[in-house]
This record gives sequence, structure tokens and C-alpha cells, in this order.
Amino acid sequence: MSVLVKVTPQEYEEMNKKIQPKPKLIRNCAMAFVVGGGICLVAQILINVFLYLGIALKEAQILGTTSMIFLGSLLTGLGLYDSIVSLGGAGGILPVTGFANAMVSPAMDSKKDGYILGVGAKMFSVAGPVIICGTIVAFVMGLGCLIFR
Amino acid sequence: MSGSLWLNLVPAFVVGGLLCVCAQLLMDLTKPKFTPAHVLIVFASLGTVTGALGWYEPLVKFAGAGATVPLTGFGYVMGKGAVQGAESGILGVLAGGIEGAAIGITAAILFSFICAVSFKPKG
Amino acid sequence: MDKRVGKKTVVFQNPPEIIGGYNVVGPKEGKGPLNAHFDYVLPDTYYGKKTWEKAESAMIEMAMNEAVKKHKLAADDIDYVLAGDLLNQNTTSNYALRQIGRPFIGMFGACSTMALTAAVGAMLIDGGFAGKVLCATSSHHETAESQFRMPTEHGNQRPLTAQWTVTGAGCLVLGKGESGSGQGATIHITAATLGCAIDYGQTDANHMGASMAPAVADTLLGHFYDMGTGPESYDLIVSGDLGNLGLELLKELLDKSGFHTLDNIQDCGCLIYSADQDVHAGGSGCGCSAVVLSGYLLDRLRKKELRKILFVGSGSLHSKDSLLQGESMPGIGHGVVIEVMDH
Repeated sequence: MSVLVKVTPQEYEEMNKKIQPKPKLIRNCAMAFVVGGGICLVAQILINVFLYLGIALKEAQILGTTSMIFLGSLLTGLGLYDSIVSLGGAGGILPVTGFANAMVSPAMDSKKDGYILGVGAKMFSVAGPVIICGTIVAFVMGLGCLIFR
Repeated sequence: MSGSLWLNLVPAFVVGGLLCVCAQLLMDLTKPKFTPAHVLIVFASLGTVTGALGWYEPLVKFAGAGATVPLTGFGYVMGKGAVQGAESGILGVLAGGIEGAAIGITAAILFSFICAVSFKPKG
Repeated sequence: MDKRVGKKTVVFQNPPEIIGGYNVVGPKEGKGPLNAHFDYVLPDTYYGKKTWEKAESAMIEMAMNEAVKKHKLAADDIDYVLAGDLLNQNTTSNYALRQIGRPFIGMFGACSTMALTAAVGAMLIDGGFAGKVLCATSSHHETAESQFRMPTEHGNQRPLTAQWTVTGAGCLVLGKGESGSGQGATIHITAATLGCAIDYGQTDANHMGASMAPAVADTLLGHFYDMGTGPESYDLIVSGDLGNLGLELLKELLDKSGFHTLDNIQDCGCLIYSADQDVHAGGSGCGCSAVVLSGYLLDRLRKKELRKILFVGSGSLHSKDSLLQGESMPGIGHGVVIEVMDH
């Protein structure tokens, strides 16, 4: 707190709210729709190709997802995926390509710290919470199923 | 066959896009308290719960990649895996979640490692 | 004569001279509007080094070496080197100083380090403890990103309030104001007001201007009261790296505290990039105010377009961990008065 500045933190909060630029909601949502939908579209095309090649639906879907993880990793490696996200926002973050980006980027960044304590230790520093959360929720749901069935 | 094969592109695009719009709204309207990491957690949890309850399955049938590629799809396979595992007892519950997501996680780890070896961050 | 004036200002008896400066910037800054005022623009952000951290260290080392060379000095002429940066334990400066071989005072003032080192350097000289000192600081966009935010290739949508860390290093050479050289006009640091850590409860690391603006306002007001002056006494008041939102807040804070600023207030973070460089709220980082002061502002002082400026470096004193633990971000502002003196 400053004795010279004649503004209280509460008043300052009001001032601060007033100058905050509004996020361009409609534009952001439109971009998220196009980019996110586009990524899913590419995945579906891949799945269709696998189906066309005579692969069963379940395997084709898994292959499709895996191919998208590969694409997301590759684009991150080439330094292109961050531009996709800055354009598409959640449209780039939510698909599995964004998940791949969240794993590849810390891995690449920490190569300079060595493969064991760098890449190995930090690969999950961004994506880890998602896996941990998914695992715990899945366990709780499975347990519930076991008890109430 | 080939005609109906390509019809599924429309629901994939629309459903995938709409899920991303929901995430974008959640991100923009809750800033700065809610970070993208929080949003991902919400979607992964939603996918896991609906997947376990069998509610996500119809969406996957309808939208294909539009439902499996967003992170909710990742949660869906984990939830579904745990519930299926429950049929064989507590050990199945323990194994099921990760088992469902195993291919995705292993692929991501492998590709991450390969990328770390072969690329330098460009900034 | 007591050199202390009022509560937190010092006025120098023999105002130390700014002999000159040298700056190095990254390619993005080189494309900005201040291009003509930079001594060296890096071809790429790695600068031939294996990691960005090593590149940043090489950058500040180059700024210090070249500043000494440019003004026909030898390393031994320098009594103290005052330097700091943004990385843990001031690593960048520590490793650069291995090569310099002069007594080193590491300083941390977050993005306000340029003003802090200049103020303390001037005190050392006017106090008679040093003849010549180097004041240097640096920041690097990519090293700061991984230290304070996310891995560099991680995709995210930068909020509109976010600022872009400047890749750049700047160094000033200060000396005793014994201008026997008869060069006409020389540039001097005539007074300094060091700031307090001021916390207005801001917690958004993507809106640092808001955490720093009250601290800068506090330092400016303290300076005005101590010196009995006001904003009109200076050709230009330059804040460190508030960005355009922070600058707006600063003007309003000063206004509400009884000092009306005219258009003689600017911000280094607003000056360094142009609107089409997609940096949102402006530049930040130690390097931001360092390269603007050692380049653009010194050049304008030399040309006598400006004769008296009040330069207030601004810093946000948080770490990634302190924010995770729910702490707010204290800000700080350090001010120095820089004047052209005719002989």
C-alpha cells in the first residue's frame, strides 16, 4: 500500500477492470470452431481412409487418433503448432493434437537439461494434470460401478 | 458404401468444432482465474464421467472423430475402460482407465521423445 | 551538504556523467520503430549458441565489452560492474561476468534493473567509492517464457493484456562528472529516487502493467514531493515497461493523486514495438528499458531534443512459484533524473 497514491486497492481494481480490453468473443469462437472442427475433419478423413482400406471401425478410430498425435507432434517440432493455437485458441488446444503439443513442447524445451533429468522429468509438466485427473476420475467411476452394480 | 462413407465428415466437423467453442467460451469468460490447463481438466473429467456412464458413446457413434479427437474423447476411453474393467473386479478397475488410454499415451510419449531428439525449439 | 532530499530522494553533489552506452537486441526488436538507435541486432535469437540462456549471457557480455571499447576505455578502468537480469540467481549476468574480471555487484530489480543499477552506480561514484562503473542488464524473450510461463513451443492464446519480453541487453558507462574534455554538452544523472515494493493485490502474470503502475506512481509522487517539482518540470517522464494499459493506469493514478500529466509521459514498453508487431500490451523485461535508455533516449539527449528526463524503471517482483502459492505481485519503481549540462 502506498501513502502517496490516493487510490485504494479496491478503487484500483475498478480502474483496472475498466481498461481491460474485452476478448473478441465472437471472433475467438468462430476461429475455435473452424480450427477445432478442421482438425476433427482431418482425423475423420484419415479414419475413412483406414476404413476404406478394410480396417475395422474400432481400430480405424484408434489409428486415426494416433495419426493425429503424430501430426500434432510433428507440427510442434517444426515450430508451427503454436501459431495454430494463437489463431484458433481452444480449437487448437482441445483436440488430441493440442495434447501432443503439450507433451512435445516441454520435452523439446528441456532437451538442454539432458535426456534423463530434462526430457524425462519434464515431458509431463504440462500434460500430466490431464492424465492424472483422467486416471483418478476413471478409477472413481469404475469403483462406483463395482459397488453399485 | 463410398457415398455414405464421406457423409460422416459433416458431423465430425460440426461436433468437434462445437466442443472447441465451448472450451473457448469457458476460457475467455473465466479469464484470468481459469487457465487453459483448468479447461483441459474440466473437459477430460467430463469425458471420463460421461464415458463411464455410457452417455458419450452415442456421440462417438454420431460424430466419429468429432467426438474422439477432442480431449473429452481421451476421458471417454479412460472412463469406459475403468467401467469395463469393473466387470472383472477391483484389479480391472485399477487397470482399466490407463488401459483405455494406453495407445494414446504411449504414442504421445514416443513422438515427444523423437521430437525432442530431432528438433530444436524455434521460439 | 546533505545529499539526501526529502524521504527517499538523493541529489548528487557532482552529478555522475553518463559517458555512453551500448545495446544489443534480438531480430524482432530490430524490426521495430527504434531500429536506428540500436548498436547491434542479433541475426537470430540463438546468436550461434546452443541454448537461449547462453545466448542471453553472450548478449550482455557483448554489451559490456563493446560499451567499454566504444568509449576507448580498458576493463581495468572500471571499478564496479552492476548487473542483473530475470533468470534464477541472476545467472545470465553471473556467467557473463566470468569474462570481465572486475568487481561485480549483482542486482535484482526485475524489469526495473536498469534504473536500479544506474541509481546505485551514480551513488557509488558521487560517494567517492568508484571512478567509473558499468550498469548492465538483459532479458531474452525465450528464456523468460520458460522461466515465468510455458515451454516456448507450447501453444496458447496470449491475453490482450500480456506484454512481450524484449530480447535485448543494454549497458551504460558512468564516470565522474569531470568534463575537462570540453565537448560542449554532457549527460549527467543528477538525482535518484529509489522505490518501495508496493502491492495492490494484482495476481495476473499476464497483466504486469497493473502490478507495476501503482509502484511507479508512488515513486513519481515521492520524487515530486521530495524535490518540490511536478510533471511539468521534465521534458519527458519515461516509465520502464508498463505497456499501454499500465501507462493508462499510471496517468489515472497520478491524476487522482493531484498531479496532472500532460503528453510528456511515455513508456519504454510502448516505444519499442509498433502496433503491427502483435505484442498486445507492449514490451517488458529488463532489456526493454535498458535498450530504450541506452539507445533512443541517450540519442535524443545528445541531440538536446530532450534536456531533462525522469526515467523510472518498473518491475514486478514475483516468481512462478509465488503465484502458484496464491501470492499477489508486488511492483517496484526506481527513478533517476538525467539532464544535459552545457559547459
